[in-house]
Amino acid sequence: MREITYLEAVKEAMIQEMKENDDVFIMGEDIGIYGGAFGVTNGMFEEFGPERVRNTPISESAISGCVIGAAVTGMRPILELQFSDFITIATDNIANQAAKLRYMFGGKGKVPIVVRTPGGSGAGFAAQHSQSLEAWMTHIPGLKVVQPSSPYDAKGLLKAAIDEDNPVMFYEHKLLYGTREGVPEESYTIPLGKAETKKEGKDLTIVATGIMVQRSLKAAELLSKEGVNIEVVDPRTLVPLDKDTILHSVKKTGRVLIVYEAVKRSGYGAEIASVIAESDVFDYLDAPIMRLGGEEVPIPYNPELERKAVPQVDTIMDAVKEMMI
Amino acid sequence: MARLSKAIKDPKKTLYQMILIRSFEEKVEQLFQQGKIHGTMHLCIGQEATAVGVCSLLDNQDKIISTHRGHGHCIAKGTKVDRMMAELLGKETGYCKGKGGSMHIADLDKGNLGANGIVAGGLPIAVGAALTSHMKNLGYVVCCFFGDGATNEGAFHEALNLASIWNLPVIFFCENNKYAMSGSTDDMINIQKIADRSKSYGIPGITIDGNNINEVADAIDTAIKHAKNNKGPTLIEAETYRWRGHSRSDARKYRDREEEKEWRDNRDPIALFIEQLKENNILTDGELEDIKKRVIEEIEEAVKFAEDSVEPSINSLKEDIYA
Ligand SMILES: Cc1ncc(C[n+]2csc(CCOP(=O)(O)OP(=O)(O)O)c2C)c(N)n1
Ligand SMILES: [Mg+2]
Repeated sequence: MREITYLEAVKEAMIQEMKENDDVFIMGEDIGIYGGAFGVTNGMFEEFGPERVRNTPISESAISGCVIGAAVTGMRPILELQFSDFITIATDNIANQAAKLRYMFGGKGKVPIVVRTPGGSGAGFAAQHSQSLEAWMTHIPGLKVVQPSSPYDAKGLLKAAIDEDNPVMFYEHKLLYGTREGVPEESYTIPLGKAETKKEGKDLTIVATGIMVQRSLKAAELLSKEGVNIEVVDPRTLVPLDKDTILHSVKKTGRVLIVYEAVKRSGYGAEIASVIAESDVFDYLDAPIMRLGGEEVPIPYNPELERKAVPQVDTIMDAVKEMMI
Repeated sequence: MARLSKAIKDPKKTLYQMILIRSFEEKVEQLFQQGKIHGTMHLCIGQEATAVGVCSLLDNQDKIISTHRGHGHCIAKGTKVDRMMAELLGKETGYCKGKGGSMHIADLDKGNLGANGIVAGGLPIAVGAALTSHMKNLGYVVCCFFGDGATNEGAFHEALNLASIWNLPVIFFCENNKYAMSGSTDDMINIQKIADRSKSYGIPGITIDGNNINEVADAIDTAIKHAKNNKGPTLIEAETYRWRGHSRSDARKYRDREEEKEWRDNRDPIALFIEQLKENNILTDGELEDIKKRVIEEIEEAVKFAEDSVEPSINSLKEDIYA
């Protein structure tokens, strides 16, 4: 199979959906001729024109509300939010409007929007452009939250997100954009709410999200040389959460480490830990449920401090070893 | 003969600062290309007259709030280039101890409330800083810099309205460099003059040539007096141009090279000011050479200071989160 990058996979999913359905279109800042801050929409303006690749002013409040209005009245907009940090400005629309219109209206109307947005640290963009705020969105009933960790998943999940009749927050990662793997050319769907076991193992389960899936796989590979056999589960969507796959894995291994980039405190890993603790799998645990998340600090600029602020392959390995004693 | 603004008290120092800003930016660009600066940076080459024109008229207790494109504002407000350079290199001696980087340099002692990575993020904060001045009767003004793009954020409009109804000593200074990343003002704003947005909020608005430092100085002088006489805020729109791309990687597909050339060749704020000073017999060639030489030395010392400085300790990661 031909290999493409995560970035190309996201773009390909959008292009295929836009070709198939005239109601699908995209808006966002600098997504026109510039091709998007990270280059995701490069070439789409030339292909689809300014009506369907709508370059917007710097107005996160207006554009995040505008996609909702378009969606309730029959369109299927994709919003590219240039950095996921800017959800702060869009949140009123997403949380108070998109997430609850249908419920408040007693089941009338629907809001099929996808907010695609890059999150995460590691690029040297400092505290206002490097956050991982996805847990905020998981707290709001009515939203679905997706966090693909690989090119293959990104393409299939984005198609599912665009086909979805509800608002979806779709978290991409700046450092994943350049990663490659085999991705089918034809369109395909990965249903929202289906986790994937990325690597099988028997000694300990790592449940990891976003870029931490890749770092955990690397840690698992290195640990296997030391005789530790790790299973890596990627929920892929945080809402809805595939509890079964997670619980099944933890029941098998008896140990679980949850790894995520966001600040550990009140991050989504806390939810995953609670799901395990509340289940009957609790009785099968040989060690306390552990979380490895970001430090409780804003993301610093200095490269070494920035690295230390979030889990890395070495800190994941250390955390596993601690649990194996 | 070109008219010089009476508000510019020390023209040679003013020129020195403009040249210092340009050299600083050129050095930053070079260090970035060499991989010595990581992340991103937004250069203000071509916009030196706004930063210097504004800040040279503010006194030490007056405050500014800057933007992502903020190196020039910092330097003009008296912030030292050595510790700025150290910040860009992520060093402990930097203004933010290496934690902020290019987009967050702040120097509270010099009345610089910081660069801001959020477009229009500074405007409401500036209103608050002006509120303190008003409530404590401190007599200082606040000048908030922002770009043309920022005027499309809700925060811009809310901030102007609030400052207006409370009659606060704040100056909203828009550096209209014709583009917000790739979005041109022609495409993104449906009025000719951004200054006209002041009308909605009942405050004075004026559009000036932001590359003519004399116009900048005159406009800011009027706005400062207006604010200090309890007459409230002003919106100033200064027309200018950023010579470089938006940030680290920008092929500039959204504008043509002819336009760039026109601004570089015919509207260079530094060349214009030099010409004006010479016409008025205020500057000799020798003095200009001397200024350039001193600038080069200052920049070289700054780089050396930054490179010789130590990295922040790992323990500092968890410091300075709470007061
Ligand atoms: C709220 C927010 N939206 C988008 C961005 C990304 N961004 C950073 S600078 C910029 C362009 C700003 O344009 P303008 O205000 O005209 O300032 P200029 O860069 O031209 O100096 C954009 C879109 C941001 N940092 N913050
Ligand atoms: Mg601009």
